[in-house]
Amino acid sequence: MSDKKPQGKGKQVETTGHVWDGIEELNNPLPKWWLYTFYLCIIFALGYTVFYPAWPLIHGETPGILGYSTRGAVEADIKAFAAQNAPLETKLVAMDMTKVKDDPALLQYANSAGAAVFRTNCIQCHGAGAQGIMSGGYPNLLDDDWLHGGTISAIYTTIQHGVRSPTDPNTRPAPAMPAWGETLKPDEITDVVQFVMKISGQTFDAAKADAGAKVFADNCAACHGDAGKGNPDMGAPNLTDAIWLYGGDLATVTETVTKGRAGVMPAWADRLSDADIRSVALYVHGLGGGQ
Amino acid sequence: MMWEYIKLVALGLVALAAALAAHFARDFGYEVHAILVMVVAAGMFVWQLRHTDEPKPAPTTEYLDGVVRAGVIATVFWALVGFLAGVFIASQLAFPSLNPIWAHGYLNFGRLRPVHTSAVIFAFGGNALIATSFYVVQRTSAVRLWGGNAAWFVFWGYNLFIVLAASGYVLGITQSKEYAEPEWYMDLWLTIVWLVYLAVFLGTIIKRKEPHIYVANWFYLSFIVTIAMLHVFNNLAIPVSLFGSKSVDVYSGVQDMMVQWWYGHNAVGFFLTAGFLGMMYYFVPKQAERPIYSYKLSIIHFWALIFLYIWAGPHHLHYTALPDWASTLGMVFSIMLWMPSWGGMINGLMTLSGAWDKLRTDPIMRMMVVSVGFYGMSTFEGPMMSIKTVNSLSHYTDWTIGHVHSGALGWNGMITFGALYFLTPRLWNKERLYSLRLVSWHFWLATIGIVLYASSMWVSGIMEGLMWREVDAQGYLVNSFADTVAARFPMLVTRAVGGSMYLTGGFIMAYNLWKTVTSAPEKAPAATAVPAE
Repeated sequence: MSDKKPQGKGKQVETTGHVWDGIEELNNPLPKWWLYTFYLCIIFALGYTVFYPAWPLIHGETPGILGYSTRGAVEADIKAFAAQNAPLETKLVAMDMTKVKDDPALLQYANSAGAAVFRTNCIQCHGAGAQGIMSGGYPNLLDDDWLHGGTISAIYTTIQHGVRSPTDPNTRPAPAMPAWGETLKPDEITDVVQFVMKISGQTFDAAKADAGAKVFADNCAACHGDAGKGNPDMGAPNLTDAIWLYGGDLATVTETVTKGRAGVMPAWADRLSDADIRSVALYVHGLGGGQ
Repeated sequence: MMWEYIKLVALGLVALAAALAAHFARDFGYEVHAILVMVVAAGMFVWQLRHTDEPKPAPTTEYLDGVVRAGVIATVFWALVGFLAGVFIASQLAFPSLNPIWAHGYLNFGRLRPVHTSAVIFAFGGNALIATSFYVVQRTSAVRLWGGNAAWFVFWGYNLFIVLAASGYVLGITQSKEYAEPEWYMDLWLTIVWLVYLAVFLGTIIKRKEPHIYVANWFYLSFIVTIAMLHVFNNLAIPVSLFGSKSVDVYSGVQDMMVQWWYGHNAVGFFLTAGFLGMMYYFVPKQAERPIYSYKLSIIHFWALIFLYIWAGPHHLHYTALPDWASTLGMVFSIMLWMPSWGGMINGLMTLSGAWDKLRTDPIMRMMVVSVGFYGMSTFEGPMMSIKTVNSLSHYTDWTIGHVHSGALGWNGMITFGALYFLTPRLWNKERLYSLRLVSWHFWLATIGIVLYASSMWVSGIMEGLMWREVDAQGYLVNSFADTVAARFPMLVTRAVGGSMYLTGGFIMAYNLWKTVTSAPEKAPAATAVPAE
């Protein structure tokens, strides 16, 4: 502490004369630096209230001579960026999305905007790296396997209208995978699962898989196709590749067949601007798997 | 004798009412609480019945220290519970798998976090404040506590509140107000207990034999009075049913938020600052055997502190729906609060001048000095974080967590440890503590633990703030929230390690105090404290 005077060399300060349980109190004055810093804080505090909204009155409050408001400051920030981005946004909305890659400035804008939109709205399901979450049935967007088409415009439509969205009449027409446990016999399910193991190139029980071929043709081929290659128009996955939405091991495939699946993606058209949807479609398309 | 019968009837009625409440209970948590109250009341009824006609011991003129001893034990017990809960939830944040699915709805982070905060602030801190205030007010007023066994009622009543509150959190009973989570019936009970506490404390001051009221008692009294006011106004609510735990707050929207943080901030100001300054003003001069540095400073900083603190709450609500003018006032009052807070630090540290050599030999003194140092640091950090531009970076980040813990672990924890080490040999009439070496171990574990805790949270908080606000040239956010969570991992682990060290220190203290009570040498009998007659 800077103020040494009161207790300095030999000068003993008096006590107040009070004693409580043996505790006495010295009569030192207030430390000068303490007092003046306190005064400075008060002056700063009062001065600050002159510049910023501060004192409540009967109607409203003193606005402060800077005319500052937090809402005003945010609004100004947003306006400045909106004005700066307006020409690019207009161009992006008007342009054929396949042509954007030829316009470096626009592509850069769409990529950073798309990445930001993705980080805010998409990673909760698709993961921070767009790798999907298999245990939840959230598709990986980095590979070249697309349930509803992997062209820029297909991705754009999927984002706009969602998949099985209950709120959007133009949503992707994807019939749910039925719960076959309700209609097929347990043996038939075991057999058809073995057949799926066979066409996806995994180890399988030959006898059961042969029996399963007929079950597949009668029940599954309508959506997944005779060869099990899937059908993007119906959102029916290809079963012959090594890419799985929910998992390709025996237990998971059995669960999928028995209980069915009906994943939902929300429609974004009424939540994001057209420019934002275009940006995020371009971003997702550019992640590596786009067609 | 009449009084005994009234007690008997009252306990019987409470047990009966609780049984009815349990029968008509609309939710599980409420039912558990009703049964708990019924068992406690019925048990006390039976105890009372068996002791009613016993001759009472002659009134004694000695200090009422039994309740202080009980308070010391409760303080140590709740310290361990609270620190353990803290280390566990810190680990849950670092390793989410510690929130197993089977424990969801009971032991996940959201349920345990209020258990931790209430256990350290209200159970550990509250018991420490009640126990030390009872000890200090008797010594500095030179009289026995006023109100006979009312002090015991305060002790048991307060701890019943703690048990109800903590079990309620685990069962999902909360009114979702931070640091004021307990529901309406617990709030009513605490109000009764607190008013009795006020009566005991004030009654003792009024019948004091000293001409003046000692400064520690001003602080304790301001703490008791203000907490009563804050508690009542923040918890105004209408129960949905007399037989259910849920209530509806009388405030809504931004008014609710403002009342909540008027409460929340002054819980810090009056519970954790004013109350503990009361502790500091007694135990530091006693341990240092030096007079208080400046009487004048104590008056000025006391009044400045209690006048300014009460207005500073809005700084918790910068950049929210709170109007700008209220935000400005919250900030400037916080800045003016800096020096009044430091007045306590100056008086604490300067009281040691002429006794600095004790720091080398006395680990208890060292604890108190570090405590006052952390007090000074966090009361500088607080006003700084209340500045709007700083707050726009620090708000909602780990920086806030670091700030409250440098205050709570450093200031509140260390001064309480010092007081416990001071009190235990005196209360159990022992020559000395069992081991000063163990106090040293406790001191270093706690100090290093705090440093790890606070510094990791500073790094983490500033990093979070910077990552959240980072935008690219087009104004788009650069980081996702999940990125910032992932980036915190090493700091969250460091924090859990720091907390574990602090907890280990707590266990060492508990062992040391236990051994002091059971096996330290007895003090010579003549020295028993008796109030001046």
